[in-house]
Parts: sequence; C-alpha cells; structure tokens
Amino acid sequence: MRIKQISVFLENRQGRLYDVCSLLGSNDINIRALTIAETESFGVLRIVVDKSDAAIQLLRDNQFVANFTDVIAIEVPDQPGGLASILKVLAENDVNIEYMYGFVEKFSDKALLVMRFEDTDFAQQMLAKQNVHVVAEKDIQGL
Amino acid sequence: MIWKQDVECASPADLKVLQSERLKNLVAYVYGNCPVYKRKLDAAGATPDKIKSIDDIVRLPITTKEDMRDNYPYGLFSCPQNRINEIHISSGTTGNPTLVGYTRDDLRLWGDVMARVLGCAGAEPGDTIQIAYGYGLFTGGLGFHYGALEMGLRIIPTSSGQTSRQLKLMQDFKPRIIACTPSYVLYMAEEAKELGIDTRKGNWKIGIFGAEPWSESMRQEIESIWNMLATDVYGLSEIIGPGVAQECTYKDGLHIFSDVFYPEIINPKTGRPAAEGEDGELTITTLTKQGIPLIRYGTRDVVSMRTDTCRCGRTSPRISKIKGRTDDMIVVRGINVFPSQIEHVLVGIEGTQPYYQIVVDRQAHQLDEVEVLVEVEQRFFSDEIKHLNELRDKIRKEIADVLSIGVKVTLVEPKTIKRSEGKAQRIVDKRKL
Repeated sequence: MRIKQISVFLENRQGRLYDVCSLLGSNDINIRALTIAETESFGVLRIVVDKSDAAIQLLRDNQFVANFTDVIAIEVPDQPGGLASILKVLAENDVNIEYMYGFVEKFSDKALLVMRFEDTDFAQQMLAKQNVHVVAEKDIQGL
Repeated sequence: MIWKQDVECASPADLKVLQSERLKNLVAYVYGNCPVYKRKLDAAGATPDKIKSIDDIVRLPITTKEDMRDNYPYGLFSCPQNRINEIHISSGTTGNPTLVGYTRDDLRLWGDVMARVLGCAGAEPGDTIQIAYGYGLFTGGLGFHYGALEMGLRIIPTSSGQTSRQLKLMQDFKPRIIACTPSYVLYMAEEAKELGIDTRKGNWKIGIFGAEPWSESMRQEIESIWNMLATDVYGLSEIIGPGVAQECTYKDGLHIFSDVFYPEIINPKTGRPAAEGEDGELTITTLTKQGIPLIRYGTRDVVSMRTDTCRCGRTSPRISKIKGRTDDMIVVRGINVFPSQIEHVLVGIEGTQPYYQIVVDRQAHQLDEVEVLVEVEQRFFSDEIKHLNELRDKIRKEIADVLSIGVKVTLVEPKTIKRSEGKAQRIVDKRKL
C-alpha cells in the first residue's frame, strides 16, 4: 500500500518553510510527517499530509513546484533493534532505500516510518513477506 | 498571402527609386522640422541638398538610444504634439523612458506593415486571431490589433495573462492565429497540460512570436508541443513597434519592409556597412514616418542580412533571427557571451524551459563570475536531491562547453526571476567595470 508524499522545491531563503507550513495550516491541512533534504542553495521539503490532493493543488496555485512521490509507511516496533529487524529484511533482499524519516504521531505502540525506495513494488513485496505492517492512505488521514 | 504585392515583390531597381525619393523627402522634412536633427545633420555636413539617392544614406549621422533619452520627451519629434494621435512609452532601466508618438498617418502605416506581417505568416482575411501580447503602453498588443483590423480579421484581444482564460477562449472561438511572446506560448502549454488540454489538438495553427529573443530549438519545441507553425516577428517601439520584419511560411529569414524601414547592417567595431551575410548591428531609417522619424537608428540587435529573392516571391531583404544584442552582449573573462547561447543550451536539455537569468559579478581582484539562475519546473523537479544536482551539473557542463568558461548554475523557485511586460530580464551585470 503506497501513500503519497508531497515533495516541494524550496530555495534556501528565510521564511520559505514558514510560507509552506502557514499556507497548509491556514487551509486546514495537517502535516503528518516531514523532512527536509538540503543543499547549499536549495532544499526539498518532503511531507505527508492528511489531504494530499488538496495540498498539492494549493501549493501549485501558490507558485510552488510540488510533485507527488510514492512512498511506503511502515510500523516499526518501538524498542531497541526494532528498525534493525526491518532493515535486515531489506538488506538481505537487496532493496535500496533512498531516504526515510519518521512520523510525528503514531497510532499504536509502534513507531511510524516513511520510506522511499528505488523500486517501490519490490520493496513492498519483500515487506509483505515478512509481515511488516504497511500503513494505508486512509490510516494516515485518520491519524 | 502577400498583402502589398507592389512593394513586397517590387524589382530592386523600382524599390531603389522609391527609397531614394523617400530618403530625400525625409531628410528635408526632419531638417526643416526638428532642430535636434538639423544640428546633427549640419554637424555631419549632410544637409538635404547632399542627399540625391538612397546610396547617400551613409553620409547621414547615426541615431542612438542615448539620443532618444537625452532628448526626452519631444526633442526628436518632427511634428507638433497636437498632430500626435497616440503615444507609447517603454520603461527605462537607466534614466529616461523612451517615448514614441504616432500621427494619424503613422498609425495607418503601422496597420499596413502589421497587415503585411500577418499575411507573411499565412493569415487570410476572415481568419480569427488571438492577440495575447500586452495591450497598453507596450506596442505589442495594439500593433497587432491595428494590423488585424487592416486585414479584416476577427480579433480576440485577450492581452497577456489570465492563462486559463486564454485557453478557454482558444477552445471556444477556435482562432487559427496566436500572437504572443514565445515564452508565453510555452507557459500556456504547461497550463494546458495541467488542465488536461491536448496541445497537439489545439486550435492555433499559426503563431507569431516576438518581443524577446528566441532560438531555433525553442521554435522546434513550440511547433511540436502545439502542432503549429511558429514564426518570428521583429520590431521595436522606436521604429514602429512590431511590424518591422516577419518570417514567411518558409521560415528562411525575416522579410524587412525596406520600402518604409530602410535597413543597414553596420559593423559595430568599424562603424562601416557589413558585407552581405556578415553579422552587424541592424540600423534602420524610417523613410515615411511623420511623428518621430529616425535616421539610421542603431537597434543594438545583431543580425545578418541577405538580399536574394525568397521562395515566397518577396524581394525584400531578409534579416536573420537576432543573434544577440550589442548591449546585451557581455564580455566575461575576455569571452563574448550572448544570452541566446545559454538559452540554446537550456532548451536543448530535456524538460527545461528558458526562464533564466545570467548574473555576472566580480569580487575585488577576482575573475568575473557568472551565475545562471534557472527556474525549476514541475516536469523536471524530483524529490531526490541527486537528480536535481545531476540536472544542475548537466546544465553547467553544457554551458561551459558552449561558452568556454565555467559558470555556476543555481536552481531557483518559479516566478522568482523578475519579468517586465512579459519579458524576462536576461542579464544582471553587477560588475563595477
């Protein structure tokens, strides 16, 4: 089960992250997970929100360059070695992770992680085999 | 269609007679009516009695943009303001703006040359044209309007902007002709995609694009995206606005209407006429204008010119696409750089659309540094930094290959490069030379 991440191009300028967050906030869109990858002159903001279609339209209408990216959100046991156990499965099957980051909230006693894979389909199969719980889009909306 | 067959296809000998007669009248007219020109002509020893034919034009002094600005507002006019029917003003980046004024006859001339432009691009009376150049002080919108009126087209005067409405009007009224800046028609393609409109099935079949430099590769991009013929129109407000030259459907140079706008190509280094086919500054004499006629006006546009007869039958000389600007040209570490070279690289790279800006700077005791700002577009944006960096590096490498100098490439957010009247400001030179 894939979920939609929104990636936004941001110049390294004061207040740009605030601009995005306040735009989403004032339109009643909630950010569930967030990370920023930065270079010296620009960054890419990656977010998972509760209303992704409305959010991307809003961002584009406000002159932001924003795309959807398919990612997978998984539940990870919130205990020592929890993440390692999942990474082991992926490593043993040669699944490459492009990047990953955590959710703000969780809906069980497990931690929620967003993962972006080189080959999303294959990663999903491997995770399913190992009974790793993949979170659906509607679960995110209900958080 | 050929709108004015008698002059557009005149024999060179007949044309020369006409031009000679007109030049003599022009020199006498400005000498008698414009004190600034009288002084200039006296100083050059080029009084009306010395001008016998068009060949004597080389005796006349050059008029520059500085002359226009120094004599702002009315100094270069040859007729009183109460005979002026319309004025246009372009904003000045340095000092005074440039003011031009048209008498009733000048407006008729404008309508006539713009009708020739439309005919040259393939328009026929009865066609519908969407005019998406700005209406107002900018000459683009009204120039096309007058030409379309003259030819008897159905006009949709949308002016520029409000892109989704432009597209709706295209679908509702099916204009065969679109007139706007080349970057705007590409911008509209982006919007069309977002709206789910198939641009290949668009109604526009003929595009007349100008007001900013554009390259051959940009033409190919426009033609393939919109499935249309994309032609180049040339003009400048000092001469008339759009309506100085236009490509015919063979797209083999722009026909310059030399019976009214006499062209010379001047080598900027020597100040002498360039040989046929050689690059130089396009210099134009308005042979029949009344309000603010100009003698040998230096356009700062670098072109070459040829005089052989075109396959379309027109005998008028043809100028090349603008190869650069004598003033936009910057010298960086001893190398001449034209923005068009960088534009060419950007269009050639998959996905990039040329909204860009070149910033040249020099720190004390350092070499010049060139930074090229490129606006990121939806279609080549990636969530992965490495892909964006690869794109940036590819642009940097290709520019370096073309210019033989290293540049810094910076990806910036859309709409962050300043535009004025739909034109992007291509070069910012921060050096204190």
